[in-house]
Amino acid sequence: MEQSTFIQQVAPEKNNTVTKSAALQEPRFVRYTLIFIALAFLAFFIVLPLVSIFTTAFQKGVDVYVAAITHPDALAAIKLTLTVVAVAVPLNAIFGVMAAWALTKFNFKGKNLLLTIVDLPFAVSPVIAGVVFILLFGSQGLFGDWLFEHDIKIVFALPGIVLATVFVTLPFVARELIPLMQTQGTSEEEASISLGANGFKTFWHVTLPNIKWGLLYGLILCNARAIGEFGAVSVVSGHIRGMTNTMPLHIEILYNEYQFAAAFAVASLMSVIAIITLIVKDIIAWKSKSV
Amino acid sequence: MSIQIKNVSKTFGSFQALEDVSLHIQSGELVALLGPSGSGKTSLLRVIAGLETSDVGEILFDGQSMIDRHPKERNVGFVFQHYALFRHMTVFDNVAYGLKVRPRKTRPSKLEIKNKVMELLKLVKLENFSDRYPTQLSGGQRQRVALARALAVEPKVLLLDEPFGALDAKVRKELRRWLRKLHNDFHITSIFVTHDQEEALDVADRIVVMNNGKIEQIGSPDDVYTNPKSPFVYDFLGNVNLFKGRLHNGKLMHGEFAIDVPDVQTHTEDHAVGYVRPHDIHIEKTNIPGTVPVKVSHIHLLGPIVQIELRREDIDEFLEAELTKEQFTNLQLKIGDHVFVKPKQLKVFIPEDFSI
Repeated sequence: MEQSTFIQQVAPEKNNTVTKSAALQEPRFVRYTLIFIALAFLAFFIVLPLVSIFTTAFQKGVDVYVAAITHPDALAAIKLTLTVVAVAVPLNAIFGVMAAWALTKFNFKGKNLLLTIVDLPFAVSPVIAGVVFILLFGSQGLFGDWLFEHDIKIVFALPGIVLATVFVTLPFVARELIPLMQTQGTSEEEASISLGANGFKTFWHVTLPNIKWGLLYGLILCNARAIGEFGAVSVVSGHIRGMTNTMPLHIEILYNEYQFAAAFAVASLMSVIAIITLIVKDIIAWKSKSV
Repeated sequence: MSIQIKNVSKTFGSFQALEDVSLHIQSGELVALLGPSGSGKTSLLRVIAGLETSDVGEILFDGQSMIDRHPKERNVGFVFQHYALFRHMTVFDNVAYGLKVRPRKTRPSKLEIKNKVMELLKLVKLENFSDRYPTQLSGGQRQRVALARALAVEPKVLLLDEPFGALDAKVRKELRRWLRKLHNDFHITSIFVTHDQEEALDVADRIVVMNNGKIEQIGSPDDVYTNPKSPFVYDFLGNVNLFKGRLHNGKLMHGEFAIDVPDVQTHTEDHAVGYVRPHDIHIEKTNIPGTVPVKVSHIHLLGPIVQIELRREDIDEFLEAELTKEQFTNLQLKIGDHVFVKPKQLKVFIPEDFSI
C-alpha cells in the first residue's frame, strides 16, 4: 500500500499520467461504455479502411503488387511526387519562417491582413486554387500569351504542380510557428542585438534554435500534405501519364481503369509514408516537449 | 560615458509614453528611474538602448548623437526584467555570446573568450555553474548570469530594466547591495528602472522620479525624499498623511486644526493640501495649542518601528504616525487612548486640477 501511494506521487512527473481525484471518477459502467464507443469508432473509420487497403493491394498476390509499383508510370508518379515535395517543402519552410518572424517580432500596419492571407489556403477549396493557376498561367489565361511566346510551360507541367502544392501547403509552417514565437516574445532577440549581434546572427544563434522543433513539426505536416494533395494538383496537372501524374493522381487513374489491386498497391505505399510521417511527428512532438 | 537626453518624446499609438524628457547623466553615475507602471521609465531606458526609437529628441553619449546608431553599435549592456537568457545555451555560452558574435577582425581568440567568461562568472559567483542551462538556475542566479552577459562586451553604459523586480525580498536586497558594490568597483555609467522607492533610495546616486511620461523631480535620494517638489513625488516616496484644508492669513485650516505655513506666498488661493510624513507626526498626551485631538485605533509593531493608526475626533479622517520603539514605550499608548497630535513638518501644495 505504501509502495503504491509512493508511485502515484512520483508517477505524474515521470510519465505524464494523470491521477484524478475521486470526484472526477465516473462509474465503471460509464467509463467502459465511453471507451468502447471511442475504440469502435476508431476501428470502423481508421483501422478497417487501412487494413482493407493492404488486403486489396495484396489480393492478387505479391507479384501483381510488385509489378504495380514498379510499372514505369508508377515510378514516374513517385519520382514526380518526390520532386514536388523536394521543391515545395523547402519553399514553405522559408516562407513560413519569414512570415512567422514578421508577424510575431514586429508591429506594423497590415499585420492582420497578412495573417489572414497566410490562412487563406485553409479556407479556399484546393480545386479553386488549381483553377486560379489555370486562369493565370493557362493558354487562355492572363499571362498565357507571354508564356507561350517565351516557351515557358507552367500549367500541365512541373512548375504548375509545384505552385499548386505550395499554395495549398502554405499555412502549415507559419501556423505552427506563430503561436510558438508569440509565447517566446522578443526579449531574447533584443538581448542578442544589444550584445552586438546583427540580424542574421541573432536569427541563426537565437531564434532558430528556439523554434527548431516547431519548425520540424510544421515541415512534417507540410510534407504529408504535399505528398497527398489531390484537388489543386489534379486541376493543373493535365493528367499526362508518366509525365504530370503524381501518386494520388496515378491512383485515381488506375482505379478508374478497374485495376483495383494496382491502385491499392500504390495507395498502400502512400499509407506507409503517412504512417512513418505520423511516427516521426510524434517523436518530434515528444522531443520538443522534453527540451 | 556621460549620457544626455534632450527633449525626447515617444508615443505608442495614442498613448504618450514620453513627453519632452530631458536629462543629463554624468559619467560613472548610478541613476535610478523611479515611477509607477506606465510612467515611461522603461520606455526611456529602451530609447537610450536603441530598442525603441524616439519620435523626436536627441540621445548623446559623450556628446555624440546616438539617434541613428543601431543598438548593436551603441555598446550598451542591457539587463532585462525577466533575464532574457538564451534558453538553449549553457551559462558559459550565454556569457560568451557577445564576444562570439563579433566580426572576425575584433573577435577575441577562444582562449581569451574562455578566460574572460570564467573571470566574469567568478565575479558573479557562478563559476561552478558554467555548464548549467538557465532553467536549472534560481531567479537570482539567472539575473547574475544576465549581468555577467551584459558586462562581457565591456559596455560603456549599463542599463537595467527592473533588474530585481521578479525576485523575492531577501535576494533582491542582497543583489542590489552587490550591484552597488559592482558599480563602485567598475564605475560604469548605469541607469536602472524600478518602481520600488526603497530600492531607488538604497542604491542610486541620483533618482529621477517619473510620472505620466514626464520627469517630476531629479535629485539625490535624500533630496527627493525630504524635499519633494510635487504632491506626486511626496505621495510616491513613502507614506504620507494629507491635511486637505483652506489657506487663510498664512495658516492652513482643517477642521479644528490650524498651522502656520509661512512659505506659501499665495493668499488668494482657497484650497490647499498639507503633506506630512508619518514620522513627522508628533504625539502629545496633553492638549496644547495647535494640536488635533485623536483616538488611537490601531497599533502595529514592526520590529524597531511602531505604526499607529489614529482617528481624528474633529473630523472623520485617519492619520498614520510612526514612532521608534523607544518613543512608543515612553508614551505608553494603548488602543482607545485619547491623545493630541501636530505635524512637526508640513509641506503645502495648492491643488491644480487633481484630487487625491
